[in-house]
Amino acid sequence: MTAMTQNAEARPVLELVDITKRFPGVVALNKVSFDVRPGEVHALLGENGAGKSTLMKVLAGKHRPNGGKIILEDEERVFDTPKEAKRSGIVLIHQEQSLVPEMSVAENIFLGSTPRKWGNRVDWKRLHADSTEILERLKCDFSSRDLVSSLSIAKKQMVEIARALVFTPKIVVFDEPTASLTDHEKPVLYDVIRNLQAQGVGIVYISHRMDEIFQLSQRISVLRDGEYTGTVNTAETDEESVTQMMIGRSLELDHASKPSEFGGPMLEVRGLTVKGVCSDVSFTVRKGEIVGMYGLVGAGRSEVAETIFGLRHYTAGEIRLDGQVVDFRSTHDAVTSGIALVPEDRKDQGLVLGMNCRDNMTLAGLSTVSSFGFMKSRDERAVYDRYQQAMKIKSPSWRQRVGNLSGGNQQKIVIGKWLHTHPRLLILDEPTRGIDVGSKAEIHALIKELARSGYAVLVISSEMPEVLGVSNRIIAMYDGRVTAEFDADNVGEDQLVQAITGMTGSTPQAAGAVV
Amino acid sequence: MASAEDVKQGFMLSKNQRAGLLSFLSAQGILVFFLISMLAFSLFSEQFLSQSNIMTVVRQASIIGIIAVGVTVVIIGGNLDLSVGSMLSFSTVLVVDLHDKIGPTNAILVMFAMTLLIGAVNGFLIGFMRLNSLIVTLAMLSAIQGLVLIYSGGQNVDIANQGDTWFAFFGRDYVAGIAVPVLLFGLLAVIVQVVMSFTGYGRRIFAIGGNPVAAVYSGIRKNWCVFSTYLISAFCVACAALVLGSRVMGSQNNVGQGYELLVLAGIILGGTSLLGGAGSIWKTVIGVLILGFIQNGLLLMGYPYYAQWLVTWVIIILAVWLDLAYKRKHLFTTHS
Amino acid sequence: MTTLKSFLRGGAFIQPIWIFVIALFVFFSLMSEYFLSLGNINNILVQTSTIGLLALGMTYVMINGNIDLSVGATLGLAASLAVGLQPLGLTVAVLASLAAGIVIGAINGLIVWKTGVNAFIVTLGAMIGVRGLIFVYTQEQSFYASNFAFVDFGASTIGPFPVLAIIFLACTLIMHLVLKKTGHGRNTFAVGGNPEAAMDAGIRIGRNMLINFIIVGFFAALAGVLLATQMGASTPNLGRDYELWTITAVVLGGTKLTGGHGSISGTLGGVLAIGILRNGMNMMQVPAFYVLVILGAILITVLIIDQRLNVPTAKGVRA
Repeated sequence: MTAMTQNAEARPVLELVDITKRFPGVVALNKVSFDVRPGEVHALLGENGAGKSTLMKVLAGKHRPNGGKIILEDEERVFDTPKEAKRSGIVLIHQEQSLVPEMSVAENIFLGSTPRKWGNRVDWKRLHADSTEILERLKCDFSSRDLVSSLSIAKKQMVEIARALVFTPKIVVFDEPTASLTDHEKPVLYDVIRNLQAQGVGIVYISHRMDEIFQLSQRISVLRDGEYTGTVNTAETDEESVTQMMIGRSLELDHASKPSEFGGPMLEVRGLTVKGVCSDVSFTVRKGEIVGMYGLVGAGRSEVAETIFGLRHYTAGEIRLDGQVVDFRSTHDAVTSGIALVPEDRKDQGLVLGMNCRDNMTLAGLSTVSSFGFMKSRDERAVYDRYQQAMKIKSPSWRQRVGNLSGGNQQKIVIGKWLHTHPRLLILDEPTRGIDVGSKAEIHALIKELARSGYAVLVISSEMPEVLGVSNRIIAMYDGRVTAEFDADNVGEDQLVQAITGMTGSTPQAAGAVV
Repeated sequence: MASAEDVKQGFMLSKNQRAGLLSFLSAQGILVFFLISMLAFSLFSEQFLSQSNIMTVVRQASIIGIIAVGVTVVIIGGNLDLSVGSMLSFSTVLVVDLHDKIGPTNAILVMFAMTLLIGAVNGFLIGFMRLNSLIVTLAMLSAIQGLVLIYSGGQNVDIANQGDTWFAFFGRDYVAGIAVPVLLFGLLAVIVQVVMSFTGYGRRIFAIGGNPVAAVYSGIRKNWCVFSTYLISAFCVACAALVLGSRVMGSQNNVGQGYELLVLAGIILGGTSLLGGAGSIWKTVIGVLILGFIQNGLLLMGYPYYAQWLVTWVIIILAVWLDLAYKRKHLFTTHS
Repeated sequence: MTTLKSFLRGGAFIQPIWIFVIALFVFFSLMSEYFLSLGNINNILVQTSTIGLLALGMTYVMINGNIDLSVGATLGLAASLAVGLQPLGLTVAVLASLAAGIVIGAINGLIVWKTGVNAFIVTLGAMIGVRGLIFVYTQEQSFYASNFAFVDFGASTIGPFPVLAIIFLACTLIMHLVLKKTGHGRNTFAVGGNPEAAMDAGIRIGRNMLINFIIVGFFAALAGVLLATQMGASTPNLGRDYELWTITAVVLGGTKLTGGHGSISGTLGGVLAIGILRNGMNMMQVPAFYVLVILGAILITVLIIDQRLNVPTAKGVRA
């Protein structure tokens, strides 16, 4: 513990002062300050879209900040490229894979800095010796000669970490490092982190998982909607107060007006199993009811939605829509049967970014605005105007390319697209990810209003205030299974957290799922 | 710093007012280029702008143009079709050979059916099997060329009684003073342009080319749509074969060799992006005509016919580069 | 099934195409008594060398995630220069041809690098334009070699082996080693496999691509010169459609159009498969046109097999 106290008084190796980063339509970071001391693990917490990843990309030279200072070892620095940041000792371990699949582990570790012999020849002996040495430090059980494409996701992650150790790093940023690791693999990672710590490296640790954060970190900083909300010493705080810092006070407002009159079951899912994705998933959504599906990224929530929507084959189970058993061969069948899916990834799955607002809005219901195959442009305009006004979409005109709108307005276009098809079941996957607070509240209000008018709504989210604030019932998922079901108005946050992290001692079902 | 960025943002906003004009010029850039080059050629040769010369150029360009109309649809849908040249050889040889054997009507029907069948094979492999369109159509290019040679036994075919068949209509006749090939080209271009701009089908093809994943997530039957684009492409090739066979009243085995690349050159020059999701038929028409007029203009100025290839090289790259540079500057600034 | 899959996918030592090459070899040996003779094998190697040399460079460019459609035209230009400039001396003629190939490659590479225009479009333009250059230079004439040393070279042998075959195999070996062993070769994979990661790691993407375009230009020119020694002549249309054959061979050899994946040993297999097929069917007196159909069918089959082996793409969604 004496070492720890010394660290606490040491000068920060890195300081971020008043960092501001704007994207079109969104302020991603507003005057955020943050520092890291040598040899400490500083956890960075916040909901999805709170700005954690953006902050780290600013630090690693991937984004240029619009304002603020980066001070590394008492010297103000500007990083124009990731390589500059890396050279200065700042290493970011990416959430998304940045490996070259068809190259060996060793080559990926030393990408761009491969040891050479005369004639530009790769010094394989040294390359593999150096890589093996790093891999041994990380206790990896694969060879430096393996092809990266043949490795599991967890092992790829270890390659990314190994890459960080090539240069003697001063700061290592771990962005959700355990998201794709199994319980068996996590302790290895923890050892690596403690090892780095002992060498005096400053660690920034981004994670949603409270247990990890309390186990590893010395300090915790919290971001909320791009704003810095404070820093606390881990030893002097508990999960509840940290959660409070993350969520803020907006929670109470949302509880106000949930729908309360429900009809018969609209969607019944029984024992749904998709190989390698989810198993034995059962739940029901009634008419006029909002069901929240809560779980961490990778728990299989989106996959369940995609299966209902006809995008995946299921191997066992049954899906009933309004009493009828359905098995859609294509999304087209699902749409004509009255299912709508607002997908998780707005830009890749939800919108054709190069098309204008109106065309995106009518894309799922083209037959309703055409006769004999010809588009009726007046009807199309009417559809656009109706939803534009109803949802207060801010766009200069219907001709505006959707790619130029802000995230919130883009999402409203996607929702409008589906409302226009008059679905019976509306599935929203992470409806407010990366959206500013104002639009968020508007979308939440809209969801409730839709349910009140009779839609059956399934909201998938990894944000606790969202599922608590919007839904009537909450289904918790962990590792491809439904672990628990709650009444949203009578559930403790700790219960929810336990159900989605597979912690022992929650519900009887959850205990079964941990195996 | 923050303030500098603010200034820049403000500057961008004021620029927005001019953006309308700029984007108009950019969209019509190829048209402007077309008019300027026409003007330039007309300065060098009085003949160039004469009605008969223009009609000749358009008639010569019509075969490539007809094919390009179909291929443009494929490209807007995000795929490529390199097999059209071989298909043209196949269809022309077929229709000419069958003409004397089973009569013109039947020959035309069989030729259309067979060409559409080949288009369906392309469409099945690319739309339903989801294979890479470049390689599939490359393989088909080779396979169809082989089929032509097998069918004809390596012999050239021709129509025996050339003066005495209504088949001559498609390649040699005039209606209201306009050559039939030109009429056919114009008709197809207008119909397909209308389909692409004003129907739900056209909208779906644009969506698939723009973002295939989002299209599927919007309930569009992507496989059927992609499949259909290859039928359209095949139909256009069949029309071109009709014109070519009728004009020549005979056919060599490799008559369409290299057409796929000339067609692509015309489409690219017109400004349709190979990435899919954008483009238009009339741009393609202009692109094809530019190629035709450059060749003609250079010939009239006394240069050999191959001089146009050098010019084509330069203008294709300039056209695409300028288009790209413009888009980077004005459309993509908002993305990080 | 899974073991077969993993065997085929692992493919680090044997590309699937080689199984096919061996099968073809055995088949034709059984079908024709003349097939399995040193003379015929030398024949196959010489016939293959032209497309083979083009394919070596094309493999690099395609691993980079680019493509070069101008190789056939470059080959034609180099052949015309090598024959047409012989009055100035053989060395001058050959060096000028090779230089022309390098310059065309450099132009393509520079345009791709500096403008960001898709390589398909850039080289499609070059293909048309360079063919124009050939016609401008030759005035549509065929040239006949005046220098006998030039023609003799094409027919010469070292021991029992034809020089052209030896040059091709030597180049193959060198290109294999460069791709496998040198920094440039490895960077070529990185640039094609994950350009963003390569850039982050400080690899100079543009320079890497430029070098590869120069390489493919050089090999196209070399193939043109050697083809001219074989023919003792050049025609202005020489090399037409060769780019399609070359791409076919490279894709057969397992190189992916999307970049980041491929090998010279696979390309050699692809080139030989085409060469053996042509030669063997010729031996069996099957008309040459059937080869075209069979080749197309094989290419599509390879594509389907490849897709089936790599099913779990895009998160398994039917999109």
